[in-house]
Amino acid sequence: MSAQPYRNAEGGRVDRRRPVGFTFDGKRYQGYAGDTLAAALLANGVRLVGRSFKYHRPRGIVGAGNEESNALVQLGTGARTEPNLPATRVELYEGLEATSQNRWPSLNFDVGAINALMHRLFPAGFYYKTFMWPAKLWPLYEHAIRHIAGMGRTATAPDPDTYAHRFHHCDVLVCGGGPAGLAAALAAARAGARVVIADENAEWGGMLRSRTDAIDGRPALEWVADAVAELARLPEVTVLPRTTVAGYYDHNMLVLDERVADHKPAPANHEPRHRLWQVRAREVVLATGALERPFVFADNDRPGVMLTSAAQHYANAHGVRAGGNAVVFANNSSAYPAARDLAAAGIGIQAIVDVRAEVPDADRAMARGIGAGVLAGHAVVAAHGARQVTSVTVMALDADATGAVGEPREILCDLVCQSAGWTPSVHLFSQSRGKLRYDDGLTAFVPDRSFQRERSAGAAKGTFDLKGCLAEGFAAGAAAATAAGFPAAAPATPDCSDDTEVRPRAIWAVPLPVFLHGKRFVDHQNDVTAEDVGLAYREGYRSVEHLKRYTTLGMGTDQGRTSNVNGLAVMAGLRSDAIPTVGTTTFRQPFTPIPMGAVAGAHAHADVAPTRVSALYDWHKAHGAPFSTAGYWLRPQGYPRDGETLAQATQREARHVRTHVGVVDVSTLGKIDLQGRDAAEFLNRLYINGFAKLAVGKCRYGVMLRDDGMVYDDGTVTRIAEHRYLVTTTTVHAGGVMSHMEYLAQVEWPELDVRMISVTDDWAGIAIAGPRARDVLARLAAADIGDAALPFMGYLETDVAGAPARLFRISFSGELAYEINMAPAHMPHVWEALLAAGADDGIIAYGTEAMNVMRIEKGHVVTGELNGRTTAGDLGFGPMMSKIKHFVGQPLAGREGLAEAGRKQLVGLMPTDGRTPIPRGAQIVADPAARPPVAMLGEVTSQCVSPNLGHPIGLGLLVDGRARHGETLSAHSPLTGETVAVTVTDPVFIDPEGERLRG
Amino acid sequence: MLEIKCPWCGARTQTEFTYAGDATLDRPDAETGSEEDWYEYVYLRDNPRGAHDELWQHSAGCRRYVKVRRDVTTHEIIATGAPGAKLDGGGS
Ligand SMILES: [Zn+2]
Repeated sequence: MSAQPYRNAEGGRVDRRRPVGFTFDGKRYQGYAGDTLAAALLANGVRLVGRSFKYHRPRGIVGAGNEESNALVQLGTGARTEPNLPATRVELYEGLEATSQNRWPSLNFDVGAINALMHRLFPAGFYYKTFMWPAKLWPLYEHAIRHIAGMGRTATAPDPDTYAHRFHHCDVLVCGGGPAGLAAALAAARAGARVVIADENAEWGGMLRSRTDAIDGRPALEWVADAVAELARLPEVTVLPRTTVAGYYDHNMLVLDERVADHKPAPANHEPRHRLWQVRAREVVLATGALERPFVFADNDRPGVMLTSAAQHYANAHGVRAGGNAVVFANNSSAYPAARDLAAAGIGIQAIVDVRAEVPDADRAMARGIGAGVLAGHAVVAAHGARQVTSVTVMALDADATGAVGEPREILCDLVCQSAGWTPSVHLFSQSRGKLRYDDGLTAFVPDRSFQRERSAGAAKGTFDLKGCLAEGFAAGAAAATAAGFPAAAPATPDCSDDTEVRPRAIWAVPLPVFLHGKRFVDHQNDVTAEDVGLAYREGYRSVEHLKRYTTLGMGTDQGRTSNVNGLAVMAGLRSDAIPTVGTTTFRQPFTPIPMGAVAGAHAHADVAPTRVSALYDWHKAHGAPFSTAGYWLRPQGYPRDGETLAQATQREARHVRTHVGVVDVSTLGKIDLQGRDAAEFLNRLYINGFAKLAVGKCRYGVMLRDDGMVYDDGTVTRIAEHRYLVTTTTVHAGGVMSHMEYLAQVEWPELDVRMISVTDDWAGIAIAGPRARDVLARLAAADIGDAALPFMGYLETDVAGAPARLFRISFSGELAYEINMAPAHMPHVWEALLAAGADDGIIAYGTEAMNVMRIEKGHVVTGELNGRTTAGDLGFGPMMSKIKHFVGQPLAGREGLAEAGRKQLVGLMPTDGRTPIPRGAQIVADPAARPPVAMLGEVTSQCVSPNLGHPIGLGLLVDGRARHGETLSAHSPLTGETVAVTVTDPVFIDPEGERLRG
Repeated sequence: MLEIKCPWCGARTQTEFTYAGDATLDRPDAETGSEEDWYEYVYLRDNPRGAHDELWQHSAGCRRYVKVRRDVTTHEIIATGAPGAKLDGGGS
């Protein structure tokens, strides 16, 4: 464990009694509780923390917060590892393990750095130009590029953590916990409004955390602490630290990412790692602050070149000197109090290089106070050093700052603090579709016209003095509360020590003297230089959107927070246009990256979607059933015994049901309870066949079409009582058919007296099928279920095994069969009772696979045939279509093209050799040996081996199929290469007269 | 994410609703509608800029269909009502 050579003995708000051990690239270091990883690395004198994306240039820490573009690290190992985290945002905890990125084999010796020597190969757009041809080599290029240029690595093991979602409503959401945000929250909360205030940092105060201001004669952070304490006491206020407002969406919906446990080695038991808030706010206050801009000058990426506000933050918040001897390079007044604070922390100020020819007296006085010389009208034209800045070259600027003149002078330093002005963080404002305005005096875009119910305050609005921030915050909070229905007045603004106006002088790319080389980086994270912007200009990519995509400017994980304005200003200069004419790119959500886990929340792993199971799920599991999915449902496919495969079990079950008896769980069928005086008329309009004359106690099969004339769904309808029906649907269309019926009843036919509700979950279903079905069921049914009392397509209500039940004599298998509906709670009991009552008859349970085999044997259609492209006529339902009534889909079902010859019609298929299985999904062709293109006559939609016929069978849709019975064609699968000769048959293979089901 | 005022339940978030298409269509009469009328009703849609009436079903709520007048460029919801209601505002 090493000492912390750049840590002062006093100062900052870290807890020096609580040392925290961590490793960086495997080496052990020590920081203090309250540090960020960046602060602790600087305290230990670690300046080189990563390599750049494209050129693998050595990079250090530039910022102190979300603006960090260089110091991206990989955190943790194993399943919890996370890449591309700015070290400036990582809170230190005991045992933290961080590694640098973009280097191989090590940070100090990096093979990829040779890219920098070959920089002519890597200009803007190099991906597009260099690797265009031949396309088949792309995988090779990609592999090579990724190896050299990759960012960090994602975890490959499943995420062990949990994530939560929360919905919330509030009157006023305040984004940002600096002076303006806290003032706004106080003003709104004191009026009684329900307030949420969120700040991305652990510590409240925003910029005040980095500075030494006073409010009302006391340290500003005491005012902050009082404000937070007052807010926390109010019951209607939610105070969210470590929470980034990441997205602003329609109708004042904002998404907040709360980092609940990222500051700990691992979340506590039952604690989510992140909590994603979706907040609907009546009013929003955007107090998101501003970011300091870097200058664009030669080799401005050397470790040790930082933002002035960052160096000031490390000194004041952490007691850390970011270097020993600094050159301060500024175009505005905010750098002077920062230089004062740096000097107070023990950093030698070698010079203050100010691009302004006229430096305000107050700034000069402050410089004199710390004994620092001011070079007015000068600029740092280049930084020097390899893995660490060692000196800078300073020159005078000409009058319009486009040329460097006079004698260059070299100043030795290990720290360059730059301040090229301030960019209000207008990301959320822009996401809300507000319009920006360019402010020449501030050299920055500021919010102009609002689109949603929000208002900006403080530095986010371009107000940089503390008193102004507080006044605007109070006013914005009071106005927001008033607009939300809580009349409020802005509290009086306290006195503040700071009244600095920034007064910047615009300068974008610092001129590069001819005798110097060096890359002038605009976007550090994506290695985009001023020269790249120039190349984009020369090649015609002159709009900001083209510039961004051609150079990748602003497309890194920092979204160009510090680089966008510089980039478009350089382009504006090349175009000789004003900056507002060039415009800005669109800001998109999220403001900072959000883990995918937080987006998914609890919807991960097995819970990506809900799982629906019937009341017999445990029984199915206990009896070894594999499950298939149908929508959200899990359905048992069969019950293999004694080493059987599922296919073998399917054959056994399907054979046994036709000779003995079996029970199957049919709970997943959609069920709709339809009631009302006009229910019969409603059904008559809904289905292609008539329902007006269906008697009470009878069931009828029905087919419904869509308005376009295609078959939508089928099922049975049972008249339970005079004005009450039970409608069943297929499992997959249960929800859709319900909405369809509701649409017709509510929107198109409001004159009909009908009401409906889904009862799918209220009635569990068991089908009992086979020649002995009646014998078995009769032993348990309280009522007489003889053929006279309960004929085919009959219905009655009785108790089964003591449970109230509905009995429907309907058959999907083609056997004598009954469907029993009962409350789900009674289902396991009834099921077991049936199995016991039928033991002597050899009753078995069968699964969906055997059910499928039996329905193919009977030529019943399911999803493969009800595929949305088949008409009633195609499927053989033509004769069912009523000619004496109107029904949904009728007008377009008769249109030209759907009625004429050449339609694909439902047929049965048998292998001509009587034994070769028909390939799944095969195409039906006349001559498989013909030269392509071969006409497709149809396709196989269902296939199985029929245990009852002793050979494979299938169903298919075949052009003019009903006229082809007896023809021999070929079923060809392009996937497997199989070709099987098939004979076309009627689709009903077993008992075409229906004698079994009427038995 | 939109906030839609259901006439029966009040303001609810968009995820409770299912979009259910254009509310400006007139379903042709079952007796008298021509094939051409049905073709237009089933397949042809206008795509106007600005205020537009559409149907949403409050599918995770009261299951009622709601007529919503929405400005499709700004997402402002100008008015909502029952499917048969005549909505005011927005110049549509
Ligand atoms: Zn509702």
